[in-house]
Amino acid sequence: MPHRFRRTRHGLEIKLSRPEALMLRQLAEDLVRLLESDSPPAPVDPLEALVGMSLTPTPRPVDPVLARLLPDGYTDDDQAAADFRRYTEPELRSAKRAALRSVATTLSREGGRTVLDDATAQVWLTAINDLRLAMGTRLGVTEELYDDLQRMAPDDPRLPHLNVYEWLGGLEESLVQALAGW
Amino acid sequence: MPRASVLPQQMERPEVADDIRVEKPWITIVWNDPINLMSYVAFIFQKLFGHSREKAHKLMLDVHHKGRAVVSSGSREQMEHDVARLHAHGLWATLQQD
Repeated sequence: MPHRFRRTRHGLEIKLSRPEALMLRQLAEDLVRLLESDSPPAPVDPLEALVGMSLTPTPRPVDPVLARLLPDGYTDDDQAAADFRRYTEPELRSAKRAALRSVATTLSREGGRTVLDDATAQVWLTAINDLRLAMGTRLGVTEELYDDLQRMAPDDPRLPHLNVYEWLGGLEESLVQALAGW
Repeated sequence: MPRASVLPQQMERPEVADDIRVEKPWITIVWNDPINLMSYVAFIFQKLFGHSREKAHKLMLDVHHKGRAVVSSGSREQMEHDVARLHAHGLWATLQQD
């Protein structure tokens, strides 16, 4: 039986095996590193430093995972999309990194029981969702995932990763249910 | 945007179509994606827009079945704020003038 979140009188509880905890921490740390890469250079212009944001256009990330996590705000106006990215992307990146770090640091190191209050659980939910987005994008997941899995050869190199992706989905689903009280 | 020069003739007969375009509200659109869980999307709609569980679920199904749905409308600034909040929660959102 896979491990799942449940609401107890102490908060939202999850019990993970040691390998599960290690894997979740590793995934979170890897995505933090990716979100630190390909960043716009730190502002050097005194005015840019003063306002805390770059005044030069921020290009759309080349990496498909970053492009999915940091999407365009406009589809029909390139200039508006570039301006929107310039204003919002630094904060978006840092919020996502902070959420992922929260998972990595709150998680019981040896596995076992972790209990979260609702606010921390919301942060975890955002982070776990981003981990799924990152993995799903990297693996090219489509709506036909279940059919694809049926057809996949047992030695397909994507299979272990898709199993982790599925595990994250179960974890996230249980967290939504526990948080929402559905 | 004021024009540099306006002919008196044009001032007497304002372009009705232009006036309507200026009034048009901005909208926030959420696009379907194959990764986000349906329950998660509904939960985020409930959390960000204060919808009931039923309304949030219906809106999520709109996105899922139609490929996209309008989730809010208002000023450009408000919609940029909504899009930023949706991006922070991993939803694929854009804004445009209706």
